[in-house]
Amino acid sequence: MGDPTLGCYDLSRLLPLGPAKPGLRRNVGITLARTEPIKVSLFATCIIDQLFPQVGASVVRVLRRMGVDVDFPPDQTCCGQPLYNAGFTRQARQLAQRVFSSFAESSYVVVPSGSCAAMMRVFYLDLFAGDQQNYARAQALSDKVYEFSEFLVRVLEVRDLGAVYSGTAAYHPSCHLLREVGEREAPELLLGQVADLNLVDLPQAESCCGFGGSFSVKYPHISEGMGADKADNVLATGAETLISCDMGCLMQIGGTLSRRGSDIKVRHLAQVLDGETR
Amino acid sequence: MPRVTTQNFFPASVLAVQNAQLQEALRRAGSGFDGARREAIEEVGQGSWDKWREEARQIKVHTLEHLDYYLELLAENVERAGGHVHFAKDAAQANAIVAELATSRRVKVAVKSKSMVSEELNLNEVLEENGVDVYETDLGEYIIQLAGETPSHLVAPALHKTKEEVAQLLHQKLGVPLTDDIEAMARVARDVLRDKFFQADLGISGANFLVAETGTLVIITNEGNGRLCTSAPPIHIGITGMEKVIPSLQDLAVFLRLLPRSATGQPLTSYVSMVSGPRRDGDEDGPEEFHLVLVDNGRSRLLADPDLRESLNCIRCGACLNICPVYQKVGGHAYGWVYPGPIGAVISPTLVGLKQAKDLPFASSLCGACREVCPVKINIPRMLLHQRHLLSESPDPAERSVTLSESLLARLFTIVMSKPTLLAAARKLVRLLARPWARNGTVRRAPLPPASRWTHQRDLPALPTRSFRDLWKQDLASSDRVTDGRDSDSGVSPTGSSEDPSPNRSEDG
Repeated sequence: MGDPTLGCYDLSRLLPLGPAKPGLRRNVGITLARTEPIKVSLFATCIIDQLFPQVGASVVRVLRRMGVDVDFPPDQTCCGQPLYNAGFTRQARQLAQRVFSSFAESSYVVVPSGSCAAMMRVFYLDLFAGDQQNYARAQALSDKVYEFSEFLVRVLEVRDLGAVYSGTAAYHPSCHLLREVGEREAPELLLGQVADLNLVDLPQAESCCGFGGSFSVKYPHISEGMGADKADNVLATGAETLISCDMGCLMQIGGTLSRRGSDIKVRHLAQVLDGETR
Repeated sequence: MPRVTTQNFFPASVLAVQNAQLQEALRRAGSGFDGARREAIEEVGQGSWDKWREEARQIKVHTLEHLDYYLELLAENVERAGGHVHFAKDAAQANAIVAELATSRRVKVAVKSKSMVSEELNLNEVLEENGVDVYETDLGEYIIQLAGETPSHLVAPALHKTKEEVAQLLHQKLGVPLTDDIEAMARVARDVLRDKFFQADLGISGANFLVAETGTLVIITNEGNGRLCTSAPPIHIGITGMEKVIPSLQDLAVFLRLLPRSATGQPLTSYVSMVSGPRRDGDEDGPEEFHLVLVDNGRSRLLADPDLRESLNCIRCGACLNICPVYQKVGGHAYGWVYPGPIGAVISPTLVGLKQAKDLPFASSLCGACREVCPVKINIPRMLLHQRHLLSESPDPAERSVTLSESLLARLFTIVMSKPTLLAAARKLVRLLARPWARNGTVRRAPLPPASRWTHQRDLPALPTRSFRDLWKQDLASSDRVTDGRDSDSGVSPTGSSEDPSPNRSEDG
């Protein structure tokens, strides 16, 4: 790869992008001639912060390789989704308001999780539906929240990041990325350009892995059954690596696979894009 | 009301998951329905499909907003066609109306076409108590009636049974030889039931739709039993929920496109029967009396709640059951009442009592597949979240049902997450306490819930030495250090390092 910091990103890697899907926002403020780096605030998510720090590091490196100026507002913790999903809306609002403050100055908030991005973009609006002032703050945040793969493809408009990853891999689309964020294509567009990567179809890819946050420990017998089905489908592909955009799913599927003694690797998309570059 | 066992969801679902026969039946049926649905949509094109869905949703929303008007119009037109209309505010009233009609007319034998509302009311039992022999004539319903069970699916009531179990059942109950030929089994049921249609003094049906402008009851079936039930016996009672009304025959068209395709993948069912009143002068067949019983039984509570009203859009196609990964694991009976699956999880708590059904809104990963397939675009996940909110923090103690440990955990979580320093301290403490159970960055058997409920069949990553925010402070904050490749000592290589567990240990250990 050439000088990754030249201008904003390597123009030779840009491919024309088809028309944006309705409902998906394309950034209009960025032009290819832009020389000022784009400023992005990373919302690391509590699961990556606490359990998978290396994924966060990959996200930072990939964004910086694209010439993006990344910062990490240190006051951030959790988006509040575990509370919201458990019905504790009052406490979820408390954490949401912390997020509003932490990212008040940001122009883009990049979230390496379809689920947390859905919380911040979609569910915060529901959470403050009856509170005009906070609804406006939720709307302002919602407008600048992007899931990681979505940000790369829809805002930076890149597909080929020059990454190399050898081996056969399957991609598991997380439910919230698919159905709340509404991003079906970006991860596979990005993976399609990774050199040496043989991407194979995952049977029943769009069915839930069974993680579901506290659902996984509140109804473990159901969650385990769903995880077992997903693991069976992953094993059936013969892939060596399973890739996703949500560490919750990967903790569930990876935990199930490793308990079975399988040596299939699970990787966040950012880790794959952060592979050796050509 | 029939037996409600929604409060036993947890133990029932544990048993269901362990029931090999049920799992086999679910596995065989599961992908079939959904695959057929997908093919049917592909044939018409997603664009047309989504247009129809939106049209149907708008018709439902409009009708429900003016339900009083359309019910009155419907009643007027049913009566104009020579029928009678009865409104029942609950199950007891509905059952009393039907029982009174049956006893006053000395009914001995009744044949029934499939009706979920009659299951909701437990109507068969009430009729039997009044000396009426009731025969279910839908093949699936007949099977579960023989078995003394309840339906486990909205469209395929005997879905929980394998064909081997059905053969055994027919062999035991009817003395026919064992067979594994499904057509032969259907023939057995057909032979038994054929006579009953002509013996019956009463035919009972549900309704898929009620057309207000013409007073027409519409049922769609594949077996023709519905048409016989509504035309052969001298009396026909149609019994259904009051939300089934639609304004006009023109509105029916879009529902006839959506319902069969969503349910079984058929462009249209084999039979679409439209009944407008009893036999008229010059008609060759048809009942002498026609009664329509419109049941509320809690539906007005759904109608009154703006957060749940949309659930009355449901046309009972079962697509959400066929796609739901939870239903596919636990089957229909675990839900504990007549309406299973995602739509059941939304409506049952309001119809039987929220506290009584408190597991149903929580037993979902909120994956949203149900909303995606719903032909009338019901936002089921959003309604489950609303019910969770009521269960956890409703101001009305009659609705609230949260354990002390759950609310303490939520409080503790909120406190810890309200300050990064507290989070760091909590992290230290958990790391220290968990150390004896962590091996190579993995916990295989945690000693205490909730972690122990994870590790039964899944490995859990232990907390690595450094959090992301530690990495950020130490290695990443200054962009110079990472733009040019990675620092090999930072412990943040994409494949992890010894101190950073990945969910999969085999490579990273």
